[in-house]
Amino acid sequence: MITCLGDVFFPEVGVAMVRLLRRLGVELDFPEAQTCCGMPLFNSGYHHDAAEVAARTVKLFERAEHVVVPSGSCAWMVKAEYPGLLKHDPALRAAAESLARRTRELSQFIVEVLGVTRIESSFAGKVTYHDSCHLLRGLGESSSPRALLRGVPGVELVELPGADQCCGFGGSFSVRLPEVSSAILEKKLGNVEATGARCLVACDAGCLMQMGGGLTRRASRVKAVHLAQVLAGEVEA
Amino acid sequence: MSDTALRAPFPERAGAALKDTFLQEALTIATTKFIDLRRESFAGFPQGEALRDQARAIKEATLQRLDAHLERLADNVERLGGVVHWATTADEAREIVLRLARERGVRMAVKSKSMATEEIDLNEALEHAGVTAVETDLGEYIIQLAHEKPSHIIAPAIHKTKGQVAELFSRELRGEFPADPEVLTAVARKALREKFLQADMGITGANFAVADTGTVVLVTNEGNGRMVTSLPRIHVALMGIEKVIPSMSDLVVFLAILARSATGQKLSSYTTLVRGPRRAGELEGPQEFHLILLDNGRSRQIASTLREALYCLRCGACLNVCPVYRQIGGHAYGHTYPGPIGILLTAMLKGNESVRELAHASSLCGACKDVCPVRIDIPRMLVELREHLDREKIAPWSERVVFRAFRRLLMSETAFRVSARAGRLLQKPFVRQGRLRGLPLLLGRWTRTRDLPPVASRTFRERWKDLR
Repeated sequence: MITCLGDVFFPEVGVAMVRLLRRLGVELDFPEAQTCCGMPLFNSGYHHDAAEVAARTVKLFERAEHVVVPSGSCAWMVKAEYPGLLKHDPALRAAAESLARRTRELSQFIVEVLGVTRIESSFAGKVTYHDSCHLLRGLGESSSPRALLRGVPGVELVELPGADQCCGFGGSFSVRLPEVSSAILEKKLGNVEATGARCLVACDAGCLMQMGGGLTRRASRVKAVHLAQVLAGEVEA
Repeated sequence: MSDTALRAPFPERAGAALKDTFLQEALTIATTKFIDLRRESFAGFPQGEALRDQARAIKEATLQRLDAHLERLADNVERLGGVVHWATTADEAREIVLRLARERGVRMAVKSKSMATEEIDLNEALEHAGVTAVETDLGEYIIQLAHEKPSHIIAPAIHKTKGQVAELFSRELRGEFPADPEVLTAVARKALREKFLQADMGITGANFAVADTGTVVLVTNEGNGRMVTSLPRIHVALMGIEKVIPSMSDLVVFLAILARSATGQKLSSYTTLVRGPRRAGELEGPQEFHLILLDNGRSRQIASTLREALYCLRCGACLNVCPVYRQIGGHAYGHTYPGPIGILLTAMLKGNESVRELAHASSLCGACKDVCPVRIDIPRMLVELREHLDREKIAPWSERVVFRAFRRLLMSETAFRVSARAGRLLQKPFVRQGRLRGLPLLLGRWTRTRDLPPVASRTFRERWKDLR
């Protein structure tokens, strides 16, 4: 599942994920009718609208054995909110529960389903990792991405002070209250630059858009990249 | 913050707070300290997690039979010689206190820190009626001298640096005081001692009230609360009806997690248990004890979306970890209760209309839910609240139109593809070194401080054809 931001703004992340998973022996399909998980609608309170998007998405992925999402928040949306959104239709609800069970965020899929933590990659250097809120607190995941980064020979992972603190994205929050969102971001980027890492790694398109946008604006030498790009060795210089 | 500033729209208030360098310094220092203390405290307390579950379960069960517990509490308080008053609204609660003050010739009241009295604007009402009200909690005393409101549930003067407090004391208490917390505390202590001896009435809130025993429980760190409840001849305690708990064994559960969540202490310095007025043969305590049970919109919420907000212990932990609160502080929220829980409490007490903007003052990061001692799912309830804003047509129509259009776009692959293509064309004038800058309209809110990646020359779905 490649959700809206990944499809439109970060296609290289999806491509990296495809190459990586194929290397790990996974057979892939991409239902082309998919658009977005519906979280922007849901988080702003448009639950009826989000339910329509959820119902559509559930049907598109009915036949997949596993559904892999390179974005913690979208994975969380599918796993945590779809069944509730579709509770009024028993058949849809059952389908949503099934999808929730089959859906994994990328790092979780690699570690839990494939059982892999050591991946050879041409990428080398010092990186730091930001915990995306929905992956960390929603899906309870903090170890898989770190294990995967540590498992790459040549990658040195330095812990980011306040790694578990929000980057200030929050979807529509970032444009509803841009000054507050940016102030939160500034703190985060200050911590990032202090680590001396060359890349800031995250597992969520939203956080990468926010932190990447802040880093290039301040002409930082740190680059925001997705875990898939590091593991696939596809980080452009 | 001045009255005009409070009437400004929320984003402006937040913007002003971001520019206040004193506030920024004070907030960062204090919230970071609270976060660390809480974390250390729970790290050395493995049973804490189970106690949090237990505390939540007690709150849940108590609310289901709230009326019965309140009646039992009232019976027991009266059996101990106290008087119980029921206040449906803030107006009624104020009137009860003012009537007591009038009938008993009260000229001065000393107060222990209480958010419930802030909720009903009691100080203003007392002043208006000619009763001098003196806050005796150090933080509350500071903001009373500064004619301000609390900006944090447990640390009302968290927005002030010690330098600002020294200036304030030097001006208001006439002296030359250094920015040394110990010296300043001693100054306040001396000024307050006199007030304690003059006061006719002591006013407190309540952290808990135990139904089985009629005990009102105050959790404080300075001991002033204890003097407020024992020195003046009349003690009035004001509590929200959700503060009742069934038994003393329940109290033990809450006490074990409350101070840890708030300040990282195992217990606060003082836990004061008040059972009615002074009895025959006792050496101290008030001649009269009054307990005011305040509804003010709470009972309406027992069966609603906001129900869980009634579990709140007012520990303030969710404020300390909230990225928004940490940036803007409590005053910018513009209501008695700030922070993430404050948004819910404001909606509860003042209606959904009052949080039209505030409901969105959260990135939904979930840090609040993680630290809440009774695990209130604040992000979830904020999202529910936003849903109500749409359903009740409180959200601006323009926003509702935009989101409905967005839904249509997501419901059709063709529409989605076409929009991406349109974006690719429209963005051309704004691409600088492969990034988008200076975008117009709503997107300008993003690009003022951050770059935006351009719509890719080929989206993933366009590249998939080659990958297949």
